[in-house]
Amino acid sequence: MASIIEQLINGLRSGSIYALIALGYTMVYGIAKMINFAHGDIIMVGAYTLYVAIYGLKMPAIAAVFFTIVVCSVLGVLIEKVAYKPLRKAPALAVLITAIGMSFFLQSVALLIFNANPITFKSIITVPAISIGGITISGITLVTLSVTLICMVALTFFINKTKAGSAMRAVSEDKAAAELMGINVNKTISMTFAIGSALAAVAGIMFVCQFQSIKPTLGALPGIKAFVAAVLGGIGSVPGAMLGGMLLGVIESISKAYISTELADAIVFGVLVLVLLVKPSGLLGKNRVEKV
Amino acid sequence: MKKFMKKAFCLSLVGVMAVGALTACGTKNSGSTGEGNTNGSADSGKFLIGGLGPLTGEAASYGISVKQGAEIAVEEINKAGGVKVGDETLQLELKFADDEASGEVAMSAYNSLMDSGIQALLGTVTSGAGLAIADKTNEDGILQITPSGSAADLTQYSNAFRLCFTDPLQGETMAEYAVKTLGYKKIAVIYNNADEYSTGVKEAFTAKVKELGGEVVAEEAFVTNAVDFTTQLTTIKGTDAEIIFVPAYYQDAAYITTQAAELGITLPFIGSDGWDGVLANIVDPAALEGAVFLSPFLATDENPAVQSFVTTYNEKYKATPDQFAADGYDTVYVIKAALEKAGSTKSEDLIKAMTEIEVKGLTGDVTFTEDGEPNKGAKFVEIKNGEYIAKTN
Amino acid sequence: MKKDIASVKNPTQNIVTKGNIIKVVAIIAVYLLITFLVNENILNRQMKSLLVPIGINIILAVSLNLTTGFLGELSLGHAGFMAIGAYSGAIFTLKSNMPSAVAFILGMLIGGVVAAIFGVLIGVPVLRLKGDYLAIVTLAFGEIIRSIVNSLSITGGAMGLSKIPRYTNYTWVYGIVIITLIIISNLVNSRHGRAISSIRDNYIAAESIGIKVSRYKIMAFVIAAFFAGVAGVLYGHNLSILKPADFDYNKSIEILVIVVLGGMGSIRGSVIAAIILTLLPEMLRAADDFRMLLYAVVLIALMLFNSSGLRSRLEESGKLPKLPVLKSRVK
Repeated sequence: MASIIEQLINGLRSGSIYALIALGYTMVYGIAKMINFAHGDIIMVGAYTLYVAIYGLKMPAIAAVFFTIVVCSVLGVLIEKVAYKPLRKAPALAVLITAIGMSFFLQSVALLIFNANPITFKSIITVPAISIGGITISGITLVTLSVTLICMVALTFFINKTKAGSAMRAVSEDKAAAELMGINVNKTISMTFAIGSALAAVAGIMFVCQFQSIKPTLGALPGIKAFVAAVLGGIGSVPGAMLGGMLLGVIESISKAYISTELADAIVFGVLVLVLLVKPSGLLGKNRVEKV
Repeated sequence: MKKFMKKAFCLSLVGVMAVGALTACGTKNSGSTGEGNTNGSADSGKFLIGGLGPLTGEAASYGISVKQGAEIAVEEINKAGGVKVGDETLQLELKFADDEASGEVAMSAYNSLMDSGIQALLGTVTSGAGLAIADKTNEDGILQITPSGSAADLTQYSNAFRLCFTDPLQGETMAEYAVKTLGYKKIAVIYNNADEYSTGVKEAFTAKVKELGGEVVAEEAFVTNAVDFTTQLTTIKGTDAEIIFVPAYYQDAAYITTQAAELGITLPFIGSDGWDGVLANIVDPAALEGAVFLSPFLATDENPAVQSFVTTYNEKYKATPDQFAADGYDTVYVIKAALEKAGSTKSEDLIKAMTEIEVKGLTGDVTFTEDGEPNKGAKFVEIKNGEYIAKTN
Repeated sequence: MKKDIASVKNPTQNIVTKGNIIKVVAIIAVYLLITFLVNENILNRQMKSLLVPIGINIILAVSLNLTTGFLGELSLGHAGFMAIGAYSGAIFTLKSNMPSAVAFILGMLIGGVVAAIFGVLIGVPVLRLKGDYLAIVTLAFGEIIRSIVNSLSITGGAMGLSKIPRYTNYTWVYGIVIITLIIISNLVNSRHGRAISSIRDNYIAAESIGIKVSRYKIMAFVIAAFFAGVAGVLYGHNLSILKPADFDYNKSIEILVIVVLGGMGSIRGSVIAAIILTLLPEMLRAADDFRMLLYAVVLIALMLFNSSGLRSRLEESGKLPKLPVLKSRVK
């Protein structure tokens, strides 16, 4: 019994990172209506930035965290301006291929700068582990879980209660109508990318603190998994991303522990395909009617 | 009708372009072949060794190490006057090609090496690439020595030899160490099931453990590039395992031991030779305290030959050599010994000479069997106080 | 080579025409030329060994072009179909005791057919999803295939399948490439091909004029899967060893880059791009770390160039040949 609970906690631990990344995916998809394939690689950029800030620029941890978030936000906005904005009227296929290209671009630039050998990184989070009834929960797990929850709550509040948030929702519903209402669509989309990338930066920071090692491809797999999580939960929905991420982490952990470590990835992707077949818009997603 | 003509024209245009592209490269390359020949095989004073290993991609660090180790050996030998073959003295030359650790690339890289007239092949560094070219090197009848490719099938043909331990041999050695030397009966294994090296070692290990009366209580798999091992470790925590065997590369070993410490697992760890380099990849070496793994080479070894190699390597490449560098270095010396023994540069004579030579290398004294396997002692390394210590037992 | 619907020929025409004769002559001439270059040793060993990968990449790119370029659905699982074909074909030739040519031909058919069966399986989600969702499902599909292949014993698991007879040579590949080109170019120029392209351009309009969208979508996926499977068989019998790791997501992207570079919806473009992109890395060996960067920049730049006004202006002024592109470029 204790072991099942421990496996669940393991699942929540990786699930909360997926959820953090999925939040960013969902934001960008909800507003810009595109899959930002490079999102996972912004996590990697965040990890390297944090490393450079602490070991290269000798910043204190708190400053380094803010620095990382700012760098990633700026990068996100820049990517959108250079690569995605000119394609806003292009077919979805072209945007998707450009995003894949951007993902490769970030990875190969990191490879050229830092080379393929992993860099070790000492966690900046030093929260002691707690023990309840023989079950140990590591400090980093607790921190990741709380950070993810805080981000989700803050994001929900921001989208529903602030003016900028309503602008986002308006753009998400209908770009042209939003423009007529006096909303600056370009600015809103830029802001979306800034927030999405900031979330990716936070995910990157949590990721390196958990795994203490950085390499150019570190964002690729969590990025894809988180995307699966976002789709699973219903892309465009903030609670959906959270639910999808946690669910994915738990499914992965349980199938590794009780079904087959070898087939865990196949099971995760299989669940996605099944959910999409039953409910194409994901668990908490809205059904959209195709307009002619 | 007009359209058809246009189409046919296009098609033939494509064809002509294709051929044009091919011949263009063909001539270009044959040009460089000519160059290679003037510097290499055609010149009677030289012996051209081809090297094959990954210089880019995920496995690049292994290939680069082998290449650099081999370069040092070639330089040393040439500086000392070269290799005496019969009544001639030859200078060695190394031409190293990148195979990206992929069979497909290895094939084309091997062909380009053959185009430039190599006389012996040092490679491949990784097993997968080597298996893809094994029957081709045999067809060409060229002497092939792999410094570090450990898959059993790499030496299936008579022209192929190996300097390092095979995967099965490593697994068996570690099983004997765990069960006989350390006296553990219940053993857990974590291995990479998407990697032939890890799987190969694990299979031999579990078979040998059973044979010796031990029990493998947990066999947990992971895939390449995995970073989260908590699930597997939690499962192991739930068993009555007394020791954990991790046949994997250093990066995985670093993740596994760190996360085990986080989960409060205090079981001892043992590993395979892929662990070499683990200390540079871990934040807190306390997680590795007491871990033992197989490694043919230790840079802190007091043996003067090793120390001189480490110094030269450091001066030249600003890095500490690992076992791959030592493997590359030793392989060049094996080729030298074979040349001297054979008194000829012909591949068939060199292959015959291989079983008659004995080389005192950085990775141990070695002779070779008919099957192409090395005879050499196993060396264990223990991690104590954050340092590698050679284990003498 | 214009692709507009009105000017496509009537397929029931007499096939013995001057144009077709020229085509046949050209095909034979190119083959003889390659044979001459190989036999006279004008090509060196490396170039000879590259003839087969070039052909395989042509087949892969042309077949992916059918789904991505003509049907307009991004498939990120092409390497998965290739893996299925490669493994089923190799297992067949390893287990059967037939003369090599018979075993190889049957192996290719089996590889293609098994891949096509999986094409039907993936076809089911294809009917329900599209665009981004479909892309991610095909990616998931490729990864599922890879993990299953990795955990089966008949495929040799992580160790892979080795000692596959090396049946593939440039003659076989050349023949299969020609067959692939003939079948796919005839298909896209036929009534079925126009139906497939109309789904890409506007599927609601296509559906409203009575085109069976689901049938054609599955058809495109199945045919593409079949040829990817055949290419996989050629690949396995060329390398003589197969490992699951060879068929990852990056392999699918590599094929996609060829299709995009050659021009989506252009078969000729795919052929040329396949040749260039197979040879280029071999010539730029030293700059391998830059290859990925180059791929990335080319992908982004091409997409931006295609959607900018620059391209249409160049085409109209006659400085650039008109290539078929995704219709939505011209809004």
